[in-house]
Amino acid sequence: MLTGVIKPDKGTASIFGYDILREGLKTRQLMGIVPEMANAYVDLSAWNNLMLIGELYGVPKKHRPERASKLLEEFGLYERRKHLVRSFSRGMKQKLLLCMALISEPQILFLDEPTLGLDVESQRLVKDMIREFSKNGTTVFLTTHNMAEANQLCDRIAIINHGKIAAIDSPEKLRLRSSGLQSIEVSFDKAVNVEDLSKFQGVKEAKKAGDKIRLYVDEPSVVLDKLVDFARSKRLEIVSLNTLAPTLEDVFLKLVRES
Amino acid sequence: MGNSLYWEQFKRSFAIVKKNIRIYYSKGPVVIFGLLVPFFLFLSFYIGRNMPAEALVPGMLGMTAFFTATSVGPAIVPWEARAKTLERLISSPISIWAIFLGDVLSSFLFGALVSVFPVIVSLFIGVEISNPLILGLGIILGTFCFASFSILLSAYPPTDTPAGVMMLSSMVKFPLVFISGIFIPIEQLPLWGKTISSISPLTYFTDLARYSLQGVSYYPIELDLIALVAFTIVFLVTAVKVHERTMQKRL
Repeated sequence: MLTGVIKPDKGTASIFGYDILREGLKTRQLMGIVPEMANAYVDLSAWNNLMLIGELYGVPKKHRPERASKLLEEFGLYERRKHLVRSFSRGMKQKLLLCMALISEPQILFLDEPTLGLDVESQRLVKDMIREFSKNGTTVFLTTHNMAEANQLCDRIAIINHGKIAAIDSPEKLRLRSSGLQSIEVSFDKAVNVEDLSKFQGVKEAKKAGDKIRLYVDEPSVVLDKLVDFARSKRLEIVSLNTLAPTLEDVFLKLVRES
Repeated sequence: MGNSLYWEQFKRSFAIVKKNIRIYYSKGPVVIFGLLVPFFLFLSFYIGRNMPAEALVPGMLGMTAFFTATSVGPAIVPWEARAKTLERLISSPISIWAIFLGDVLSSFLFGALVSVFPVIVSLFIGVEISNPLILGLGIILGTFCFASFSILLSAYPPTDTPAGVMMLSSMVKFPLVFISGIFIPIEQLPLWGKTISSISPLTYFTDLARYSLQGVSYYPIELDLIALVAFTIVFLVTAVKVHERTMQKRL
């Protein structure tokens, strides 16, 4: 909606003081966009795609080649600049889309799953670039299903469920909201019946996770003592024992279920 | 929108022109198809009818200009909707009218350039062009008008299937050729035929071409010129308005 693709049926929104409906051209001029679907022109070369977007965003003719070369070099696509995008892998297309979003040196970046389909090295490159843009004052709007990515990159996270914001806050504050999602992860040297552990007072839920058992608790300290007593009485050895704060994934699932 | 903003948008429509030429119009089959279809249609009708070249060329020119200027235009929007590149354009700082102006300009350039070929051929076979200025003006106005018509053809229904649009546009284009004085001069048509032919922009282009080559026309040439301009404005405005309304349904 903010990028002008979908028209709102009601309400208002503004970007840097410009109304998205009445001054759509001005708001879109300030943006760089990486849509989820790879939609560079596959019958154009990487270079011509960048020149097209540069021209559409009114980048002066003398700056276009210089900026395009710099971006293609940074993303490792310079050698393939004359090749048709049709011949690119998914990861290369994704990198080209990022170059296309950045050629106008936008003040606000909308990134929809920007690391999807990228190899580990490219993912790191993209994440580093996002941090760099954020540090330099560019507002980055990141849409992702990857909670770890959101946790690493975002100052504020909005969790959206069925088109409505279920919660919006910093990652740490979101986690603190869900104190009931604290957990203990334990593994013993022998197999243990999960049911036995779920009967402990203070344990809300017990789940098997590989060779470990995860216990969702309100007060980890209370349950820890009981776990040690349990191991002694059954002559079990505790191989590992960790208390875990809720992950963003846990928070997300909790909020989605609640709403 | 201030004048400078309009100028800026106008300049950006040339980015669309360059993109269209690179992706759609520079392909060999498109150029060949644009030339061959009118040529063979024309031959199939005229062969064995023993008519002078001066009488043949205006029809040939009319069909070439009409078919080439409308050959790719209708397919661009559905094609780009399917390839998800339309979304990229809509989210760029370019107005919908500027996107479609770019589509019209690229169709116009293609149509006008290819239309030069029948003129060159007619010169080679000894046809005298009695009014080259009117012919040039006619080609420019006519192909621009047909190019505007081509984007109207894809305006409704809002689909992302190029084949469907091309079939629909053929159903409109071919009947137009038969009622526009190409195969049968307008003066030989019955009254109802003359009435129907007056709603086709191709009629006025063919009439202008006839005047340029044979020195005779059915309508006054001023009327031909005004009609082409009027059709262009109606096609352009209607196409942009309809596309603006239906754009959301394509994405």
